[in-house]
Amino acid sequence: MIENNKESTSTVRVKSMIEQNRQRQSFRAVSEKAVPTVLLVIALISILTTIGIVFVLITETFEFFNRVSLVEFFTGTVLRPLSQDPKFGILPLINGTIISSAIAMFVAGPIGMMTAIYLSEYASDKARRVLKPVLELLAGIPTIVYGFFAFTFVTPFLRQFIPEMSATNILAPGLVMGVMIIPMIASLSEDAMSSVPNAMREGALALGSTKLEVTFKVIIPAAFSGIVAAFVLGISRAVGETMIVAIASGSSKNFTFDITQSMQTMTAYVVEVAGGDASPGSTIYYSLYAVAMTLFMFTLLMNILARYIARRFREEY
Amino acid sequence: MTTHIQSEKVRNRMKRRVALNKGLSGVFLLATMFGVFVLAVLFYQILTEGMPYINLDFLTGKLSTMPERAGIMGAILGTLWLMAVVIPVTIVLGVGTAIYNELYAKEGKLQNIIQTNISNLSGVPSIVYGILGMTIFASLLKLGSVVLAGGLTMSLLVLPIVIVSSQEALRAVPSYLSEASIGLGATKWQTIKNIILPAALPGILTGAILALSRAIGETAPLVVLGIPALLLPFPGGLFDRFTVLPMQIYYWTLDASLVAEYQFLASATIIVLLAMLFILNGTAIVIRNKFQRRY
Repeated sequence: MIENNKESTSTVRVKSMIEQNRQRQSFRAVSEKAVPTVLLVIALISILTTIGIVFVLITETFEFFNRVSLVEFFTGTVLRPLSQDPKFGILPLINGTIISSAIAMFVAGPIGMMTAIYLSEYASDKARRVLKPVLELLAGIPTIVYGFFAFTFVTPFLRQFIPEMSATNILAPGLVMGVMIIPMIASLSEDAMSSVPNAMREGALALGSTKLEVTFKVIIPAAFSGIVAAFVLGISRAVGETMIVAIASGSSKNFTFDITQSMQTMTAYVVEVAGGDASPGSTIYYSLYAVAMTLFMFTLLMNILARYIARRFREEY
Repeated sequence: MTTHIQSEKVRNRMKRRVALNKGLSGVFLLATMFGVFVLAVLFYQILTEGMPYINLDFLTGKLSTMPERAGIMGAILGTLWLMAVVIPVTIVLGVGTAIYNELYAKEGKLQNIIQTNISNLSGVPSIVYGILGMTIFASLLKLGSVVLAGGLTMSLLVLPIVIVSSQEALRAVPSYLSEASIGLGATKWQTIKNIILPAALPGILTGAILALSRAIGETAPLVVLGIPALLLPFPGGLFDRFTVLPMQIYYWTLDASLVAEYQFLASATIIVLLAMLFILNGTAIVIRNKFQRRY
C-alpha cells in the first residue's frame, strides 16, 4: 500500500515534470521566434533615424523653396535674413565653411600626416604607448572647450601680431579646428600605414633605403587610398563642426575672403537662427532647413566618397 | 666598356640621404609633439583661470547673474538627467541592433542596408541631429525643450558609436564558445543570452561609456533644441526643462565680452566637465583592462 502510494506519487512527479518541460519548451519556442523579430524592430530604428532626417529636411526645404527661388539661394551673395527686405543667398555661408575648413586642413593635413609617419614608422613601442593615448585625449575634448580656447586664447594671442584682426574672426577657429582634427587624420592614416606588411618595409630597407625613403617610396604609395580617405573624412568633420565657429567666428554674413574678419559657416548659421527666436512658419525658420540640407548633402557625399576611395583603390597584400 | 663606381660621389650621396632621414625624423617628432603642446597650453589656461573659482558654493549653488555668487548645480543635475536617458536608450537600441546584425541577420541586402546606414549616420554633423530633435521630439511630439527630448536626440547621435563597438565586441567572442553551447543543446537565444553577451559585455560597456562621454560633451544639438542657459529651477524629472554643463560654458563664453569674470566661470565649468569625462573614460579603461579576456 505504502509502496504503491510512493510509486504513484513518483509517476505523478515524472508526468508533471514532462508537462512542465513541454510548457517550458513551448515558451522557449515562442521566445526563440520572438527575439529576432524584436531585435529586427530595434535595428530598424537606425534606418528610421535616417529616414526621419531626410524626410524632415526635404519637406521643410521644399517649403523654403516655395518662398525663395533656387537660383537666389544658390547664387546669391547677400544673406540678410532679419532685415525688412530679406535676402537668402547661401554663398556667404558656403564661403565661410570652405575657408574655415581649408584653414583647418592646412593645419591638420601636414601635422596629422607627419604624426602618422612618426607613430607608424619611427616611434619606438614605448613612445607609441605614451603618445597615442595623449592624441586620443586631444580627440576626446568636447568641441565647446575648443571654441572657448579659440575665442579666449588663440584670438587674443594672434591679435598681438595682427592688430587689425577683429575679436571674432575665421582664422582662430579654423586653426583650432585643425588641432581638433589632427588626431583623426593621424590615427586613420596610421592605421592605413601600419597595415602595410612588414615584408615590404624589410625588402626596401635591405636594398639600402633609409627609413625616410621607405616611408615615401613604399609605405605611403601602398597606403595611399587609406590616407586620402582619412583626409576626406577630416574635411567632412571640419565642414560639420559647429561650436568652435559658432563661438569664435561671429555672425557676420559678409561675402569676404579676409580671414582676419568674422565670417559665418553653415553650421554657425543654424546655431544662430535656431538659438534665436525664429518663429515657426517664418521664412528664416525654413531657411534653417535649406542650409542644414545643403550641409547634410555635403557631408554625406564626402563620407560616401571616403568609403569609395578606401575600398576601390585599396591595394591588397 | 668598364663601369666603375665613383666612391666619392656615392659616399656624399649616402651622407645626404642619412642626414635627410635624421633631420626629417626630428621634424616628424616635433609635429607629433605639437598636439601635446597645444593640449598642455589648453589645460594650463583652463586650470589657472578656473581653479580659483571652484569651491563648494560654485558646485552646489544656483545660477546667478552675479559672477561671485553663480553656481552650476542646475547644469550638473541636467547633465546627470541627460545621462539617465542616454544610458538605457543607447544600450537597448545599440546592443539590440548589434546582436541582430551580427548574429541574426542573414548575409544579404537588409544587413548591407543597415550596415551602410550606420556608417552614414556616424558621419552626419551633430547639428543635423539637433534639427531632427527639434522638429520631431520638441515640436511634433510637443515635448518642448525637456530632458526627454534632449536625451533622445543625444541617444540617436551617439547610437552609431554604441552599435559599432558592440558589433566589434560580439565579433571578438570566439565561435567555439557558442558552438559548445549549441552542442550541449542550448537554443540560439539561450546561447546569446548566457554565453555570448556575458563574454562581450566588457567591450560593449567600454563602447557605451565612450559614447556617453561624447553625449555629455556635445553642445550643438542642444542649442538647436532651444535648451536655455539661464534656468533657475533644478530639473527633477523627464519632462522638466533643463540645461547642461556645455550650454553653461557656451553662454558664459559668449557673454565674456560683457562681464569679464564670465570667462573664468566658463573655465571653472570646463574643469568640472573635463573631470566628469576623465572619470568616465578612466572607468572605461579600467573595465577594458580588468575584465576583457583575450580568447
